[in-house]
Amino acid sequence: MSTPAIQIEGLTKDYAVGFWRKKMRRSLDHLDLQVNEGEAFGFLGPNGAGKTTTLKLMMGLVFPTSGSARVRGRSIADVGMHREIGYMPEQPYFYDYLTARELLDYFAQFFGYDAVERRERIKIFLERVGLIASADVQLRKFSKGMLQRVGIAQAILHDPQVVFLDEPMSGLDPVGRREVRDIILDLKKHGKTIFFSTHILSDAEMLCDRVAVLVGGKLQGVGAPGEMLSMEVAGMEILFEAHPGVPLPQKVMDRATHTGDRYRIEVPEADVYAALEELKNSRARILSVAPVRPSLEDYFFKLVAKQKNSVSAAEITPGEQPR
Amino acid sequence: MKYENSPHAFRGSLLAVPVLLLALAALQRNIDASSASLQPEKPELIIRSGTMLSKLSLGYNSLLADIYWTRTVQYFGARAGKQSATFELLAPLLDVTTTLDPKLMIAYRFGAIFLSENEPAGAGRTDLAVDLVKKGIAANPDEWRLYQDLGFLYSIHLKDYQKAADAYLEGSKNPKAQIWMKVLAASIAQRGDDIETSRLIWAQVYASTQDKLVRQRAITHLEALDAAIDLKRLNESSEEYWRKFGHYPDTIQELREAGLAGDRLQDPAGYPYVMGAYGVPQLDPKSPVLLNPDEKIPAK
Amino acid sequence: MITIPGIVALNTFREAVRDRVLYNLVFFALLMMAAAVLVGGVSIGIERDVIVNLGLSAISVFGIVMAIFIGVGLVHKEIEKRTLYSLLSKPVPRWQFLMGKFAGLSLTLIVNTALMTVGLAAALFYVTQKFERGDGTVVIAIYFILLQLGLITSLALFFSCFSSPMLSTLYTLGIYIAGVFAPDIRDIGIVTDSPGVKAAAKCIYYVLPNFHNFNVISAAVHQEAIPFRLIWQNTIYAVLYITLVMLGASAIFLRRDLK
Repeated sequence: MSTPAIQIEGLTKDYAVGFWRKKMRRSLDHLDLQVNEGEAFGFLGPNGAGKTTTLKLMMGLVFPTSGSARVRGRSIADVGMHREIGYMPEQPYFYDYLTARELLDYFAQFFGYDAVERRERIKIFLERVGLIASADVQLRKFSKGMLQRVGIAQAILHDPQVVFLDEPMSGLDPVGRREVRDIILDLKKHGKTIFFSTHILSDAEMLCDRVAVLVGGKLQGVGAPGEMLSMEVAGMEILFEAHPGVPLPQKVMDRATHTGDRYRIEVPEADVYAALEELKNSRARILSVAPVRPSLEDYFFKLVAKQKNSVSAAEITPGEQPR
Repeated sequence: MKYENSPHAFRGSLLAVPVLLLALAALQRNIDASSASLQPEKPELIIRSGTMLSKLSLGYNSLLADIYWTRTVQYFGARAGKQSATFELLAPLLDVTTTLDPKLMIAYRFGAIFLSENEPAGAGRTDLAVDLVKKGIAANPDEWRLYQDLGFLYSIHLKDYQKAADAYLEGSKNPKAQIWMKVLAASIAQRGDDIETSRLIWAQVYASTQDKLVRQRAITHLEALDAAIDLKRLNESSEEYWRKFGHYPDTIQELREAGLAGDRLQDPAGYPYVMGAYGVPQLDPKSPVLLNPDEKIPAK
Repeated sequence: MITIPGIVALNTFREAVRDRVLYNLVFFALLMMAAAVLVGGVSIGIERDVIVNLGLSAISVFGIVMAIFIGVGLVHKEIEKRTLYSLLSKPVPRWQFLMGKFAGLSLTLIVNTALMTVGLAAALFYVTQKFERGDGTVVIAIYFILLQLGLITSLALFFSCFSSPMLSTLYTLGIYIAGVFAPDIRDIGIVTDSPGVKAAAKCIYYVLPNFHNFNVISAAVHQEAIPFRLIWQNTIYAVLYITLVMLGASAIFLRRDLK
């Protein structure tokens, strides 16, 4: 069996909390995980579950209380291992007095590229994340979405085999999210391993070969997204704008919520076409029709409740458990 | 797990800390030696105004006063004992110190003695000493010791016996004052600074301070005065001898055999007095005692 | 530039250069030079003295302000702003990062001091119309100021590893002032009679960074020669002490969880 891309064994992190630093809070509890080469691996969990802690441990930004981890066979304690990995922190922030080009140039220097190579790579990757037009603008002027893209660029410009992304889609508009998705798929096509954390279910479903679910610092389960997260579609959601002259039917008004001119209504899947017909008659402008999924939070609430009621976490679809 | 980025990797090099500290201490000694030769007349005072310093010190007056007091002592100590010593900065240093902390008695006392002593033992500026002591009295009217210092200055150095007696008298009015203040007042008023009175004054200076430098100076003067008193007495004995025998004695021995020598035949350093020409008794030339302490700094 | 500390250093230098506050400081310092010329013109006979005195004092003071002002943020800012997260995910050992920060600020200080020295030299030349042998001491005085700045930088960096900028400023400034008064602290041990105080004074004297060693401004004013011994002794002292402080900074920073 070839070396897994990522191997985590019993990784645990306790933080001392409280004013006197006496109490211990366990933010990661004996995580065991294995990710294979070329996999796109999703790391799911609600906020505060320990996802970011895990990533920081992998990067050597914090030190484990116990346990170990390896990337491509090299220990996370080995700083040289960082040559082979890329990392994008959550809501990245960079040196605001530098331009995008200068930032990438700065980081590229640490990998030993000469000036010519650096220029080349920066150009390629700025284009890839769609920032070539703002290459020489100071980062302090960048929007959140633009910073996110710089974050991805700096994570991959040295062609790492394993890429770690912390909430790569957060703060992006739909276009940006699609672009990020494309980048991730592209990386996958080139055989890179991608490990990313997110709390957006649909992204995980679309991109990942496997996902792991983390709640309260504990691993709940690992497996293919479909088998882990099969949930019933609750219904369909229609977003629309009312026509200024025509009033909406009463039963629509009863069930819809709105902000300003924008309305939202949920209808069972079977009633979608009838509802659309009604809206058409009212000359409403349809903005979108999409399935309603229970949120990941709902899923996790159920999970935690299940845990409380059951004996062990084995209730949940086990998936692969590494040795 | 051995981290390159964790302190475990560094533990070995932390052993270097005590080594570094020792090396630094050794180096510091060398540096002190090198810089000493650099600036022998390092100016101690950049700001001469005590009031300005007082404002600058943001309320930490007495701490700064202590620092300046130690500097004053260092300044003096570095120069005392040298043949060509001058003490131009002594008065300003003391002025700054006492402006910062008007209650620093030891500074007034020190100034009274060493500002007035002639060079090279002191600054030779009795006028500045008087100013300093008067400043002290203004700030501390209840300190009768300052009147003692004032009286000392007027009698010993300025030879103004009226003012001296007034000073001692004024000080003696304080119920805390010791009885000899009155005695001295009367004594000076009557007799000026004859040897016995001077001796009493210096004895009180010695008794009233713990400061080593002041005491040393007082002892020098006391020895001189004691020797002078002895010599005066021996001289009178010589005169008696002449009246009795018609000629002056050649040796102290002869005086003794005649029963006229009295008790003290040795100077305070332990050297026996010798007889000079015309029956005038003198110090043994080898004696370190100085009749005039202002002449030369003794070898000790 | 090829080494990692070098890369970090140059970026730190670039950051300092782009920080507008620095320009104000340098401007002020040059203003002082001009003022020195004016004041010197008023005090006949000692124009040179005033210019050297004021000029060197200005270089020293502004250098110290800069060293502390930037130094206390060196590490703290990167942690606060979380720029350190992306940086340390690169193959960058933490201690090399620290060295780079130190070198970068030192470079900034050297450049600034050089600029101000040019101003001082110009002012001096304007007044005296020629340079004399005695002016060599001015150069040495500036060199010693640079050594001092290196020491202060390392101290500020040390505190920056674990403390907020405000506290770090207090600590660094406190140690600096204590170091300037070091001989007085030693003298307290001489004047007192208590053996406990004597021992404490001596101990403190040898442990504190003795900034007094580096102050030869009055020698420069009076055109005294500096013994060559003192130059290399001070150099070694500064190097050793900076090493000591950086070891401490590494010990702290290397074990720190970056939350």
